[in-house]
Amino acid sequence: MNWKGKLAALGLALAASTGMAHAEGVLNIFNWGNYTSPEMIKKFEDTYKVKVSITDYDSNDTALAKIRQGGHGFDIAMPSQNYIPIWIEEGLVQEIDAAQMENGKNIAEEWKNPPFDPGRKYSVPWALGTVGVVVNTDAYKGPADSWAAVFDPPEELKGKINIVPEMNDVIYAATKYHGGKICESDKDVLRKVRDTLLKAKPYWVAMEYSTIEKMVAGDFKATSDWNGSALRQRLRNPAIHYFYPKEGVLVWSDNIVLLKDAKNVENAKLFMNFMMDPENAAMNSAFHRYANGIAGSEAFMPADMKDAPEINVPADVMAKSDFSVACPQEVQELYTRIWTEVQK
Amino acid sequence: MSAASEAETRFEREDTRRRWLLSTPALLIILVAAVGPLLVVLLYSFLAPGSYGDVRWQFSSDAWFNVFLERDIFDDTLAPAWAHLSIFWRSMKLAFITTLLTLVFGFPTAYFIATRDERTREIWLFLITIPFWTNLLIRTFALQEVIRQEGLLNTLLLKLGLISQPIPMLFTDFAIGLGMTYVYLPLMVLPLYASMERIDFRIVEAGYDLYASRFGVLRRIIVPLVKPGIIAGSILVFIPSLGAYVTPRVLGGGKSMMLGNLIELQFGQGRNWPLGAALSIALMAIVMIALLFYVRNASRGGPTHG
Repeated sequence: MNWKGKLAALGLALAASTGMAHAEGVLNIFNWGNYTSPEMIKKFEDTYKVKVSITDYDSNDTALAKIRQGGHGFDIAMPSQNYIPIWIEEGLVQEIDAAQMENGKNIAEEWKNPPFDPGRKYSVPWALGTVGVVVNTDAYKGPADSWAAVFDPPEELKGKINIVPEMNDVIYAATKYHGGKICESDKDVLRKVRDTLLKAKPYWVAMEYSTIEKMVAGDFKATSDWNGSALRQRLRNPAIHYFYPKEGVLVWSDNIVLLKDAKNVENAKLFMNFMMDPENAAMNSAFHRYANGIAGSEAFMPADMKDAPEINVPADVMAKSDFSVACPQEVQELYTRIWTEVQK
Repeated sequence: MSAASEAETRFEREDTRRRWLLSTPALLIILVAAVGPLLVVLLYSFLAPGSYGDVRWQFSSDAWFNVFLERDIFDDTLAPAWAHLSIFWRSMKLAFITTLLTLVFGFPTAYFIATRDERTREIWLFLITIPFWTNLLIRTFALQEVIRQEGLLNTLLLKLGLISQPIPMLFTDFAIGLGMTYVYLPLMVLPLYASMERIDFRIVEAGYDLYASRFGVLRRIIVPLVKPGIIAGSILVFIPSLGAYVTPRVLGGGKSMMLGNLIELQFGQGRNWPLGAALSIALMAIVMIALLFYVRNASRGGPTHG
């Protein structure tokens, strides 16, 4: 064999060996950053002899755009529920029939048949929570169980409020504050929404995502925020409380989906089944600090989460809340215009 | 035609061909990596938005219309897109102020370095470039630690008893100005230094000998000689600060959009890629105009009298 032949053979052997390694035990996860418990991953890797790699994304839109382009090499992703119908509609995911999986029976009753994925044909619960108001009660003692806390704030909080700049969440909150509904397109309500936001803006000190350290350090005294973030804040400063605005809160969830062009379908399904085991789901919750939609996982939750007010949504709040959905493009355009107007 | 000149032309032709061949990689990169994507952006700005991001392959001039004009969402009247215009204006203002501040602080710095002896100069230049070694985001967050409510500066002032309660600095215009000046200062100092270094300081001495005041020497001798450096530095600072949004966002609190944020919004939550593309092209046009203005100013050259 001449040197060219040898090289070719070597190349073939190498290709074969990596190819086999692929088939044997790899799983490529595409997920939000700082959201996956390393211990849980380690347990999965040890149990199934699968090597897991995780790549971060920072928004649903980024994730969607990247997966749409193809050639990404990921097997599973965790889009938010409002985006899941889009992923299904665009044929980016494949059916898994979560209910038929071994641990499928563990999905909590209220998440068994969600509107965004009827019958759980495509997705497995990962994490879920709410968007509400967080207040440092050292700064303001009064009740903060209304969106007024950030939109029409008391004197003590003026100039010390942060708003997490998620356009849809903020406009939803202002819409509910004025008695509107989710994806509201009624012009009279939207006019009030715009005016409220414009009037409230001078009372805000910032519109930022990094709320945990700034609430704890006292740069902010109140913020709109996700419940898991609020829990992390309270654990570091007991004066910080999470409030459910009486007008209603947005309930969201992120769910695991199997991508159409996944190369490691079996490992992906193993992982999805693994995540529906209450103990594993609780392990993950202990890390990201959100609930997980798996019945029975409460028993394995860390003590500081078991009856945390941030995690357990009161029934009367739940009744007035909305499940996050993707609004139609026309509504989205109105929202973008209002949002631009507010930040111009 | 003599054989000699024929050989010469052949040699010239070969030389030209070789030069072209040698520049092919660069040309290819420019074509594929710069012109290509730009054309895609231009194309997208003339399409309709898809329902969930992306574009629909259908001609539409709506995006360009919406850059400049808008139909009021409430009473349907047509008006200039004030929101976009005021965001454009804010970015322009920020870029202008940043250029001015870096010039004010960069000029004496560059002068100081240029007038040291050769070995010390190298050390100073080295110090100027150090911030470049760290990522912009990290430097910005570090600055945030310095000026925040319970940050380094406030703690120090409180301990020294100079103030009785922390001065709010973070999330103010002051913070944005400070951050932008800090980040872009080296880009101003380096070209200024490069042109100052070449000054023959005997001319300055001659100026003093002819009874010029210190200010006169600065205005009539140094500034005209350094002008190319001022222009180069201003271009280097102005253009990136026009598109800057990390620094204003992190230090200013993100309450007011910059052009960069506005464009990002269209590609992200706004799901209107054509509008984002049109806004990007509009931004580029502004940069081009600014650049032409500078270059024309530069080519006029010579010491100005006034």
